[in-house]
Amino acid sequence: MQEIWDILPGLGDKLAAHVVLAASAIALAMLIALPMAVWAGRSRTVSRIALSLASLVQTIPALALLALFFPLLLSLRSVFGEGLPTLGFLPALMALTLYALLPILRNAVTAQANLDEGVLEAADGVGMTKWQKLVLVEAPLSAPFIMAGIRTASVWTIGAATLATTIGQPSLGDPIFAGLQTQNWALVLAGCLASAGLALAADNLLWVIEVGLARRKRWMTYGGMAIVVLGILAALWGQRSDETERPIVIASKQFSEQYILAQLIGSRLEAAGYTVEYRDGLGSAVVHSAVASSSVDISVDYTGTIWANFLKRADNPGREAMYETIREWEARQNGVKVLGRLGFENAYAFAMRSDRAQELGVTSLADLVGKGGALTVGGDPEFFERPEWLAVRDAYGLRFGKTRNFAPTFMYDALRSGEADVISAYTSDGRIAADKLVVLADPKAALPSYDALLLLSPRIAEDPGVAAALQPLLGAITVEAMREANFAVDREDAGKLTPKQAAEQLRKRVEIGK
Amino acid sequence: METAPPLLRFDGVTCRFGEVTAVGGVTCDIAAGCFVAMVGASGSGKSTLLKTVNTLVEPTGGRVLFAGEDVSELPPARLRRRVGYVFQGIGLFPHFSVAENIAIGPRLAGEKLAPARIAELLELVELDPAYSARMPDELSGGQRQRVGVARALAGEPELLIMDEPFGALDPVTRDALGRKVRELHGRLGLTTVMVTHDMAEALLLADRVVVMDKGAMVADATPHALLAGEGGAVAQRLVSVPREQAERLAAMELRG
Ligand SMILES: Nc1ncnc2c1ncn2[C@@H]1O[C@H](COP(=O)(O)OP(=O)(O)O)[C@@H](O)[C@H]1O
Ligand SMILES: [Mg+2]
Repeated sequence: MQEIWDILPGLGDKLAAHVVLAASAIALAMLIALPMAVWAGRSRTVSRIALSLASLVQTIPALALLALFFPLLLSLRSVFGEGLPTLGFLPALMALTLYALLPILRNAVTAQANLDEGVLEAADGVGMTKWQKLVLVEAPLSAPFIMAGIRTASVWTIGAATLATTIGQPSLGDPIFAGLQTQNWALVLAGCLASAGLALAADNLLWVIEVGLARRKRWMTYGGMAIVVLGILAALWGQRSDETERPIVIASKQFSEQYILAQLIGSRLEAAGYTVEYRDGLGSAVVHSAVASSSVDISVDYTGTIWANFLKRADNPGREAMYETIREWEARQNGVKVLGRLGFENAYAFAMRSDRAQELGVTSLADLVGKGGALTVGGDPEFFERPEWLAVRDAYGLRFGKTRNFAPTFMYDALRSGEADVISAYTSDGRIAADKLVVLADPKAALPSYDALLLLSPRIAEDPGVAAALQPLLGAITVEAMREANFAVDREDAGKLTPKQAAEQLRKRVEIGK
Repeated sequence: METAPPLLRFDGVTCRFGEVTAVGGVTCDIAAGCFVAMVGASGSGKSTLLKTVNTLVEPTGGRVLFAGEDVSELPPARLRRRVGYVFQGIGLFPHFSVAENIAIGPRLAGEKLAPARIAELLELVELDPAYSARMPDELSGGQRQRVGVARALAGEPELLIMDEPFGALDPVTRDALGRKVRELHGRLGLTTVMVTHDMAEALLLADRVVVMDKGAMVADATPHALLAGEGGAVAQRLVSVPREQAERLAAMELRG
């Protein structure tokens, strides 16, 4: 509990970013929904089309809606030029605005439809023009209902804005996603608490405005509005530092190793006098494009991933050739600089319990030929569909008795309990060391290599200071050191470390190793 | 016969709503200074006909002339300021105070009504000027309708149209307000058209009574002429109701 209170004060930046994002989305949604509602009030067709479209948007999960704007904006670059941001504030704003439209639009349309017929007739009768009728009668009488819609939209938007983290927009989702991945529940709870608190505060403030409008209590209406405006101004003020010299932004994907390496890179850069910012928990597909577009500046990626996903290649020319090809391709295609390899691989591999391996006399994949028929192999749910598995199977002519799917965390339990004899594993996974597993050698090099690479965005590609600060990390992180650090973050017992602490240990190890 | 030019002329006015013919070819002149009562069953087209005057309803046939000009050619906002309208449902703006409701017509014309003028208008309809700060939902039904009348008079209209203004009021308030309106009609030199269900009220207040039936004007006569048996069957059926009531009451009094 104490931990949560320690984390909360540090979330000021995220809170400010969250408030600015949510407030902008609501404001934009109002700007679109209110004129649309006026139009809808004068045409049933418009009303029906607008409401169905807004409802349709609601059926798309918020996470998917956010992610969809990335490819959309990417394709719009052909119209608006390369300067169009594809990640961060813009796509988050667009997705959340769409999401906020429905409650505002629906309440505004309903409010108009329910206005007293006699009062509207009187408005015409006393000589009001259409515009005067809208401003003097329809708007004030609808205002409390519209405000209720804005309230609903605000609560939804503040909640959904936590998901903006996944497309690179800082928000209160940052601690939530980071905490979920590293199983740091205090961090998750602090993030949830902050965003729930913000939603509650907004709900109550807007309720005061709504009641003020309904009961015609001006001090409530204007008082509530004043506090809302002050809150937004304070958030903008809190963000103002971002507009000066942009710090170096370090990205991480959603697993422990990435968080640890981001912290390690960050601490080296800070020691060299740079200011850094972390953009944690980005979607795996998004990170590469984020670096290429300089939305973030540094990421750690893996040769096998880039090979298959971005070069779209299925062959395996060998570890060195693969690395050189990628280096050259990144520089030519994206202006991204591959600074070098960190030294370890996070590849697909096959692991066995050491006693079982000894018993069968197995040290490499080649040794499994002919013995496989009696063995069960376990893999994560997608493994047996992946090209890596097909490549291994065909290269060695492996045949196993049974294949079984396990969720990644249960694979190691299955191995321990004997439900699987061989499992697919990630070579840098900390549990390989902790469970003293044997990683089978791959003499035919059927599995592609997954060397960890340090990528620099075009913005800092030629910055000699950055290169100098990070140079000591190249080739310095052994797979054993990485496993140990990963395990320290993944474990559930008293030895558990935060990614920052694990990065600190890893840094000491690297510096001693030099 | 009236010699003054008519302030209001309906010239073959027809209003259709799809299949329904609400008003079917009404022709009628109303002279300046006249107090006309319009009587007829519910759904006979009274409200629709009156709404054509300030173009709340556009006739599908015929024309309406106001002071000699075709109303469809006058700018609606300006026309509506010249016609005071008291609505069937009162239609006070619930978010405006009494004073703001009364002042709305002049305010739309860009003119600010002085508090003294608002007090004067409230006094005209026998309301305490202290009521000017109240909101409509703090008033009784009768008080609300008085405010409705004050609002209609605020722009110093030439023509006052009242659509069942006293429908929802108790008989005592109704009688008092009826007399008040008739008095104001005389005092302010208005031309008034008042719709009512109640033939007795029409006969007692008006100079002239017109009877509507199924969208047509079936009678147009003075109260005296109606009481003398003129105006046709529909009108006479309506006149017979209060007449018989009065006779029965007189008989009761005679018996003691
Ligand atoms: N806006 C409208 N749309 C369709 N029908 C209408 C409309 N207004 C009035 N009517 C119809 O026209 C007829 C006359 O209505 P109205 O003028 O309100 O009668 P009255 O005021 O005499 O009771 C009724 O049958 C009514 O249903
Ligand atoms: Mg009517």
